[in-house]
Amino acid sequence: MECSSLHRQLAIIKKNLFDQGFLDEQFYQLEELQDDASPNFVEEVVTLFFRDSSRLLTNIEQALREKHPQDFHRLDVLMYQLKDSASSIGAAKVKNECTVFRELCDKENLEGCLRSFQKVKKEHAILRQKLENYFQLQRQVGPVEKATRSGN
Amino acid sequence: MENPLLSARAEAFPAGLRVLVVDDDPTWLKILEKMLRKCSYEVTTCSLATEALDILRERRDRFDIVISDVNMPDMDGFKLLEHVGLEMDLPVIMMSIDGETSRVMKGVQHGACDYLLKPVRMKELRNIWQHVYRKKMHEVNIETHSFGEDINILCNGFEDLEDRNLTDGTELSSVRKRKDVDYKDLGDQELNDPSKLKKARVVWSVDLHQKFVNAVNQIGFDKVGPKKILDLMNVPGLTRENVASHLQKYRLYLSRLQKQSEGNCSGDISADPINTDNKGNFALKSSISIPKESVLTRHVGTTESLTQGIITDVHVREIKRTLPVGVSESKKALVGEIPSTQKASSIPQLGVYLSFEKSAPNVEEKACDPTTPKDFMQYPKQENLDAFSCLTNSNHQASFDLSSSSVTSVISATFTNEKDLNNPCEMNPAPADPRNGHFSATPPVACMIGSVSFQVKHGIVNSHDIGTILKVDGSPSKSTDSYIDCTHNQGCFPITCELSSNSETESDSWPDDLHLFAQEHSNWFKDSETGGEYLYDHFDEYLFAW
Repeated sequence: MECSSLHRQLAIIKKNLFDQGFLDEQFYQLEELQDDASPNFVEEVVTLFFRDSSRLLTNIEQALREKHPQDFHRLDVLMYQLKDSASSIGAAKVKNECTVFRELCDKENLEGCLRSFQKVKKEHAILRQKLENYFQLQRQVGPVEKATRSGN
Repeated sequence: MENPLLSARAEAFPAGLRVLVVDDDPTWLKILEKMLRKCSYEVTTCSLATEALDILRERRDRFDIVISDVNMPDMDGFKLLEHVGLEMDLPVIMMSIDGETSRVMKGVQHGACDYLLKPVRMKELRNIWQHVYRKKMHEVNIETHSFGEDINILCNGFEDLEDRNLTDGTELSSVRKRKDVDYKDLGDQELNDPSKLKKARVVWSVDLHQKFVNAVNQIGFDKVGPKKILDLMNVPGLTRENVASHLQKYRLYLSRLQKQSEGNCSGDISADPINTDNKGNFALKSSISIPKESVLTRHVGTTESLTQGIITDVHVREIKRTLPVGVSESKKALVGEIPSTQKASSIPQLGVYLSFEKSAPNVEEKACDPTTPKDFMQYPKQENLDAFSCLTNSNHQASFDLSSSSVTSVISATFTNEKDLNNPCEMNPAPADPRNGHFSATPPVACMIGSVSFQVKHGIVNSHDIGTILKVDGSPSKSTDSYIDCTHNQGCFPITCELSSNSETESDSWPDDLHLFAQEHSNWFKDSETGGEYLYDHFDEYLFAW
């Protein structure tokens, strides 16, 4: 019973992640790549993402703090990299906020960029937390189940 | 003689397809690797474009296809695409999260055989083998229409024909005979065995490309067309399709260069890596060696024709390094304009051009520094170099006029300075040095030189035989010479030179005597230890420099 309750919990958490738009289709793709040869593939990739994206966020933060004139092109390039990275694990909300940032960058709206950046950071942190919980629960549940689509 | 590995791979095709994945994002790299492995492909990953090029050059025949992200930190993905297309002729797939039509179009224009949008799906990757197969099929079709025997010459490059006069038909046929056997073994298997079709690919060797460029210049860049080029090149076995696709790549390359030289560095282009802070310190190193019995074709050009090389750097280097400069031939101006210096303290610019026709005795080579392939010394022993005179004008332009009747090119050297030039530079011909066949011109320059540009005023250069190095002496009090370091441009690409300093103490003054030695050099890239590969090392080095 404990087992199935955990399973159910896990399933619900996962469904929410998708329904609430934190993750998209790409995450399923990652799960499908997981196999006997790489049983922890998804978690490895996600870990890699958060490590690399934290670095990118730091760079962007630094760039934003630089004195005027603000190099919007550089900001755009950096945020592009983050968006690219976010798309790799299906981090939908992060990716969307990156797009908003880049649009503001285009218009050279520094105020807007600063606000948008805070959102990006926030979404990044939220997702990180949620996925950490998810993987933790998954480990508790036991051997990894094959990916099931929500609604199956 | 079947290579068991080859045939095993061939049977399993598309499994075992050898893919090189290039992406600076570590997460994507991991994911793509996994995806491609799931397709049963053989995957090699790397995160830098430069690294990718090194890998490809090193193991030229070990990959079937390249997949690369468009946005790379060290090099624009489109640039990489061009390189791979020109040098290795492998199919390249571009990837990007940016699906804007203009970007995709750019990718296709630069020769990408596909453009995938991220996030990339498994099913898209499963199909990439089509591009490999399609290319092989195309090559086979080409071959069935051409003189079979002669294809082997192409397949193996023109290494054998290096020092021979290519118009000598008898030599061609002897090469042909040798290759006959190889081709026949290949013949029957082609259609059934795509992985063996590698041999059939036309290799655009240095020589072949040089011929191509000659032809283009002769026709005139504006009027050029594959058929005309093909006819002029007169290479048996080469087809219009080969030329057409190569022309397309070449055009892209040139247009990109022109854009860059107009100062449109859009941020995609990496900064010139050889920029240094020593803007005022430099000496010119160069040497040109005259080829032995070279018959350099001449194209009568107008006085307006210029080939102009651009140097965007001042670089402190050791004295004894020289670098041959390839000269390009142009009937019309194929100008890489001097990029506008952006700040007063910006890098001096040097253009180098050349074109000489002369017969010359041996070119003696000194050992190359293996770590820096650009450094290369040539000490010609030739004696028949005609004197050339230097003319100066009030715009501080010194031109070398090769007075020999057989030489119609004029080199002018322009000295410009960021600071005011108080003394105009005069370059006077120095008597020929019989020991080493150098001719020098001495400008009594006592001021700081910002840039030196040399222009070939009569636009006559024989592309495939020329390497030019201008040698500049430091002040007589110094026993050491200084040289212009020039990187070679293949064909009619602009030439890049580095100016280097021979003195750190005299950091603010130009050497008292600026001797410019012009020597001709032929096939320097062939003579070099690295042979044809050397050209490509340069090819990308100076391309990087843009």
